[in-house]
Amino acid sequence: MTAAQHPSACPACDAVPLAEALAGGKGGEEGRMVLSVPAAHCAVCINTVEHALEAVPGVRSARMNLTLKRVSVETDPGLSPDLLTRALSAVGYEAQELDGTMLSTTETDRQSRDFLMRLGVAGFAMMNVMILSVAVWSGASDVTRDMFHWVSGAIALPAVAFSAQPFFISAWRSLRVRRLNMDVPISLGIILASLMSLVETALHGQEAYFDAALSLTFFLLAGRYLDQRTRVAARSAAEALSALEVPRAQRPGGEIVAVSDLKAGELVRVLPGGRMPVDGVVRDGETEIDRGLLTGETLPVRVAPGDAVSAGEVNLTGPLTVEITAAGRDTRLHRMADLVAMAETARNRYTSIADRAARIYAPLVHVLALSAFVAWFAATHDLRFSVNIAVALLIITCPCALGLAVPAVSTAASGRLFRRGLLIKSPTALERLAEVDLVVFDKTGTLTEGRPELAGDLAGSAEDRVALALAQASMHPLAVALAAAGQAAGLTPATLEDVREVPGHGVEALHGGARVRLGRADWVGALPEAGTATYLGIGGATRAYRFTDHPRAGAEQAVVGLKALGLEVELLSGDVPSAVGEMAARLGIPSWAADLRPEEKAARIEALRVAGHRVLMVGDGLNDTIALAQAHVSISPASALDAARVVADIVALGGSLEHLPEAVRTARRAKARILENFALAAAYNIVAVPFALAGLASPLLAALAMSSSSIIVSLNALRLR
Amino acid sequence: MNVLAYLIPISLLLGGLGLAAFFWALRRGQYDDPEGDSQRFLSDEFDDRPKG
Repeated sequence: MTAAQHPSACPACDAVPLAEALAGGKGGEEGRMVLSVPAAHCAVCINTVEHALEAVPGVRSARMNLTLKRVSVETDPGLSPDLLTRALSAVGYEAQELDGTMLSTTETDRQSRDFLMRLGVAGFAMMNVMILSVAVWSGASDVTRDMFHWVSGAIALPAVAFSAQPFFISAWRSLRVRRLNMDVPISLGIILASLMSLVETALHGQEAYFDAALSLTFFLLAGRYLDQRTRVAARSAAEALSALEVPRAQRPGGEIVAVSDLKAGELVRVLPGGRMPVDGVVRDGETEIDRGLLTGETLPVRVAPGDAVSAGEVNLTGPLTVEITAAGRDTRLHRMADLVAMAETARNRYTSIADRAARIYAPLVHVLALSAFVAWFAATHDLRFSVNIAVALLIITCPCALGLAVPAVSTAASGRLFRRGLLIKSPTALERLAEVDLVVFDKTGTLTEGRPELAGDLAGSAEDRVALALAQASMHPLAVALAAAGQAAGLTPATLEDVREVPGHGVEALHGGARVRLGRADWVGALPEAGTATYLGIGGATRAYRFTDHPRAGAEQAVVGLKALGLEVELLSGDVPSAVGEMAARLGIPSWAADLRPEEKAARIEALRVAGHRVLMVGDGLNDTIALAQAHVSISPASALDAARVVADIVALGGSLEHLPEAVRTARRAKARILENFALAAAYNIVAVPFALAGLASPLLAALAMSSSSIIVSLNALRLR
Repeated sequence: MNVLAYLIPISLLLGGLGLAAFFWALRRGQYDDPEGDSQRFLSDEFDDRPKG
């Protein structure tokens, strides 16, 4: 029944034109940027965020939209979004840049206003016609009644023609592919009610259903608006987050260009901390790169001239010049995303409860109306009367409550989860989430921050102080972690001279005349240990500092909570067995597998599916995307790679996983409410249909029944909030 | 019943005014951020004039 909001069958396809438009628009030149700020929730937040941004030189103005949790910033041309996100994180708000062109945001705003406009017109017309109808119900007759009917018609017909368009369009689309969705009986009901009322008015009849046609339109439009509104909030963020890999690259001369302008054979420069924009071969420079997002490995890999790098990998220590072998849609990253899109189409065949209900409901009602017409015509030979009975039946059974049953609930549920930082991207995600019985986690970047943490404490020995001093000189993640641990332990760094960083190897310096090094085992002269470690070489002696990956905030609560809900939990990772086993033990996950390639992860999900499980996959990397697409329902953190986010049904904003059990619980309750609402709607029909069949239905009865059932269904949905 | 000849047009006119006001508010973006607007008035910063 939500066909009107499905522009395309595959979410990944939706993101493609967006990314192209973005790349083509050379984002940022317009001097307008949109940042997602999921944590903002109050008046103080608005002020803090806006002031922090306006204090950044080059920012002209900033305006926070609290409903959508995003802030739009007018800037001088060429201002870097990093400055803005850094300014926000300095005041305690995690922020992410959304698409630079504002293309999709203005589009969704426009749609939203469009719906609200139709809703306003329908509401206005409904109230006015209802007032006129009260006169008719209370006994106006003859010329007066006819006049009231004509005035009602003059208001109702244009209003219906304008307001009910979304239903007509969706119904027409559905009929053209020979399917029945909920909009077909809705449209038929509205059109027949209007036409029959017009004919009755012209023939000086007693009963006109203009008010019914309008209230039908109004209530259903309200459901549709709610539906669209929540989806806009979720989609604008989730879809636009795919623009996170800001599609810009630097040429060796320092010129910043859009990735879409790059061709194979050209050179690009990738600075430490930057992400590879293209596939290529290193021509100059040595560094370590983090492949975690692509493979799930936590250990950085060393690369030197001649080594291949792939788009999406992060350069850690030294500047690189890379010769492009593939750019844009030819990169390994994008080819993989294409595979994922194919895996996805299978899942998009999931039929929502509403569609299943529509499939039973629509033919049933139409057959009922037709047989009522045939029976009454056979009995009375009165064409006008029989048609009136049939139309009254269609109006009475018209699925006001059914049309509100699902959107009212999913709005309440999505809103509840949105406030906890979970964006529901797919309209059927909640239903699928409610059916889940097994949760599969990825490790690196999902259960963990993908950020190392020193194992054990620093004792404060002379060696530790040297190591701390060396670590402070580098931006390598292990060095940063070591420096942080040293600061936390309150150590004073040793005095060093002649400190220099050797890209791809480590940091070296002179300490009291002797050479000291901190870095890779082979460079320092130490024996490599298992797991992630950095090595200190001092006066011929070496020492290893070991690191573990820090679990993401709320990971433990998430696992405990999910188990408490009766779900099985599994851990599948591409990382080495020692690291995976350690993490599984730490979080209490009994079953785990390591060293998995992306296809093997997907195969495991498929095996679970065949065994009868409904799998929830939580993952963030490119190595997870196929598995994410294969699973019954999937969740990605906002920090995930764009391909993963696009595939996932739900995106978790903010760093924490603690709301996962809440999401499952809410989904289950939402499904229960939806079924209750259907039961209420069915009960109402069982009572109302005999009246209509017996020819006892009146416009007053229809108005009462329609309003009361709609309100009851909405109130039931509100219990979720 | 002649009073209806005045009352109906008047009621329609008033309703139409309301509808026009709604259109105006909608086009001015006053429904774009209901949540934010409900919070903004708590801050004394926007007392003199709303933020553009």
